[in-house]
Amino acid sequence: MDMRSHLGRARGLGSSNDGVGHWWMQRLTGIALVPLIIWFVYSAVTMTGASHAEFSAWVGTHGNPILLILLIIAMFHHGQLGLQVVIEDYIHSEGPKLALIILTKFAAIFIGASSIFAVLRLTFGGS
Amino acid sequence: MAAQNRPLSPHLQIYKIQITSVLSITHRLTGIALAFGAFVLAYWLISATYGPEVFQTAQSLLGSWFGKLVLLGLTFSLYFHLGNGIRHLGWDFGMGFELTHVRMTGIAVVLFAAVLTVATWFAGYAVAGGV
Repeated sequence: MDMRSHLGRARGLGSSNDGVGHWWMQRLTGIALVPLIIWFVYSAVTMTGASHAEFSAWVGTHGNPILLILLIIAMFHHGQLGLQVVIEDYIHSEGPKLALIILTKFAAIFIGASSIFAVLRLTFGGS
Repeated sequence: MAAQNRPLSPHLQIYKIQITSVLSITHRLTGIALAFGAFVLAYWLISATYGPEVFQTAQSLLGSWFGKLVLLGLTFSLYFHLGNGIRHLGWDFGMGFELTHVRMTGIAVVLFAAVLTVATWFAGYAVAGGV
């Protein structure tokens, strides 16, 4: 027997209030990160001991800034989604839980935005 | 009955340690480690915008024994989380749920992570021009 209201069933949002949104986004960013992270690890290895000039040139070359920005977005989004689940699992009092989730999300957006800005600055000069 | 007096499920210690549970918690722990690894990436990129000297400091910091230890941990965490993440995607499609398969893919993921971690560091040292 379905105990949900007709409206609740039609919306399909469940007790989380966003349905499978969190789950789906975690998978989507995870799948995106597979090729991006393989590319990044390869690139990072070639940058072992690189000088500032070499590193800046690499960041700004061809498709690298785009891949870096996509990597940063997928990585910070995936990371904060994962940390949210960890916080929800282990912190049981509502206040600290909410505070920590908000802090995690703000930190991810702030550091992510700063990283994207760094990529743009290294690409278009000005440093 | 008051909410705080509800019976609790048994604590973790009473369960036998198995590859399934160990890899599950390792996935979570490596995920947390990698979230902090994202900060290392941010530091690396942002330091370069402050010019050659600040970037050089970042490079030497990452190249110090402590930096290398952190990066080694992150390398293994990354390959483990990548391999096990793909294993999770298989489960999402309903594949590989038989106990023998779960064990097999679990061992495969650990080997995958170990081998690629070693290979990546060999490549890194090759780029740097020897030990």
